[in-house]
Amino acid sequence: MSALPMIAGALIAAPLPVAAINWHSLFFLLFASVSCGFAVAVVAADNVVRMAFYLVLSLGATAGLFFLAGAEFLGAMQLMIYVGGTLVLLVFGVMLTAQAPLVAIKGSGRDRVLAGIVGVALLALLLQAAFSVKPWRAPAAGVVAEPAATPIGMSLVGVRVDEPAVGAPAANKRPGYMLPFEIVSIHLLVVLVGAAYLARAKRRKVPRAIEVAASVEPPASVAEHASIGRERHRSGSVLAGGRP
Amino acid sequence: MNAFLPSLPTIVALVKIGLLVGGLMTAAAYLVLVERWMAAWVQDRKGPNRVGIPLTKIRLFGLGQPLADGLKIILKEDFTPRHVDKVLYTAAPVVILAASLAIFAAIPFGSSLPAIPALGLTSEEPLLVAPGLDVGVLWVFALSSIAVYGVLLGGWASNNKYGFLGGLRSSAQLLAYEIPLGLGLLGVVLAAGSLKLDTIMDAQASTGVWFAFAQPLGFIVFLVASFAEAARLPFDLPEAEQELVGGYHTEYSGIKLLLFLVAEFLHMVTAAFLIVIMFLGGWHLWGVTGSGPVETWLVAFIRFAVLSAKIFAVILFFMLVRWSWPRFRFDQLMNLAWKVMLPLGIANLVTVATVEEFRPQLVTAVGEGWAKTVAIAIPWAVFFVGWIAAGMLTPSGTDNTPIRTPGPLDAEHVLDDPQRELVEV
Repeated sequence: MSALPMIAGALIAAPLPVAAINWHSLFFLLFASVSCGFAVAVVAADNVVRMAFYLVLSLGATAGLFFLAGAEFLGAMQLMIYVGGTLVLLVFGVMLTAQAPLVAIKGSGRDRVLAGIVGVALLALLLQAAFSVKPWRAPAAGVVAEPAATPIGMSLVGVRVDEPAVGAPAANKRPGYMLPFEIVSIHLLVVLVGAAYLARAKRRKVPRAIEVAASVEPPASVAEHASIGRERHRSGSVLAGGRP
Repeated sequence: MNAFLPSLPTIVALVKIGLLVGGLMTAAAYLVLVERWMAAWVQDRKGPNRVGIPLTKIRLFGLGQPLADGLKIILKEDFTPRHVDKVLYTAAPVVILAASLAIFAAIPFGSSLPAIPALGLTSEEPLLVAPGLDVGVLWVFALSSIAVYGVLLGGWASNNKYGFLGGLRSSAQLLAYEIPLGLGLLGVVLAAGSLKLDTIMDAQASTGVWFAFAQPLGFIVFLVASFAEAARLPFDLPEAEQELVGGYHTEYSGIKLLLFLVAEFLHMVTAAFLIVIMFLGGWHLWGVTGSGPVETWLVAFIRFAVLSAKIFAVILFFMLVRWSWPRFRFDQLMNLAWKVMLPLGIANLVTVATVEEFRPQLVTAVGEGWAKTVAIAIPWAVFFVGWIAAGMLTPSGTDNTPIRTPGPLDAEHVLDDPQRELVEV
């Protein structure tokens, strides 16, 4: 967050030439530090709703990095799917379920060790991958000329527009993303059906003891309630605000 | 160019941002006054008409009212209750206002300005803050879904049951209505072939057929869904003054409350912009604006005026609806979203896709004029059939009868009332 005063200072301080600032690097550092900083905050916080909010900020800053790299489609998708979709559901679920004892999350020592091992292993892998990339310079224009959405969309239906189609040896051709796309769709369909099955309207199963009691002789209060209900049902109660 | 000054595109972008934010904030203040006038007119009373120029007796029909309202709410004590979660309580209004202002980066507020060689602008200057953004529609959609966080976090952080209920209701509502909103929008994107809002306007101007006429079903679905997304009256369950004392902003006061209220108004303005741009032709009006590139300042001004007038008309419609309709009950809200709007949206999308797919064959078969007529007639037929079918198949959507026999799909009646089951067994 310390980059904001820096920008303001850079704008106000007259002797510093504005054109000399590498805005690209500045914004990269800004977004990257917000993203990493709040990722650490997610781990460090122990209030579950705050964790979710920090995760929102971290993923939002990642979307900013995508926009900065010229991958506008990817950035908008990151915002829409992760920040606007998945995390809203997460926060919604947390708000519904988090009662006082569950709001504060304290992992046990064993969990921390396990999470640490997994995290460090992943970090090592990513660092190795990052440093194995050859150093490169952005093209002079600094903007990706080709809109990013079309090749992705074509690949999803099995057409690789980024590959030489005619005359290329068959071994070099890859089939696009049709299969993963279909697998993911089937997966989602299964999840949807499962959710609908779990959430479907069920007839309420009445406990046996009450059932027996009701069949023999309903308690006075129950009978009264039932008669009221029947009465209202039959005629429609004006007092209850219904249409007769 | 002097090295101590920012480059020309930066200056142009900053000027646009300044104009847009200043204009929106002023508009929000005056729209509150318009809304109060509208309320007074509907309820047959006079409304605010006294505040004019301060320290004089000039009244000016009450045009000074926004100034007085603004000063009053800014000068009020910014009270933070002790039981709130301070970080999230402070962050919530900031998040919601920032998201609703950032949306306008991708929304054009006019056609474009002619070239100004004296200032170094050699080509047309589009009236849009981020003209290079190819995925404007996605940007708008993404940021409007971020605005949910302001409501959710505000409701949760307030640590108050009214605020919490408002937050929960609102998140369920916004999630449910994002789907019909997206379906209505997809039809337009499919027909225009672009995710850029200015290209969508150009597509309507070049054919002369606004998408509201070409896709009536999509228009209705989008209109209803954007009412729900803006949480305007038939859908204002997140606030529901009579039940929830203001809902998610119950615990807010002073400037933080002001941020929430301005953000709410901006949601309505955004919805009006999107409705006009995507379905009502944007800056296009037959015989007035033309459809080609902007060559003179007069054309630029006329297009800007037409767009603004349309947006203002849609906002007036929003306000009129607010004072004409009662609030939905929560189950009616959900029925409308999932049982009516979702199928209608899908029907619209399938129709549009079919028409667009076979349009070239149609043009070669019957000629340009007839193809255009058929391409409009088919969606209208689907519109009437779909409307009648939705009305006949989901009669319970707006049924206010208090108690009736539970059907197989009515979860709430079975779960609400354990005794009923007992009686029927």
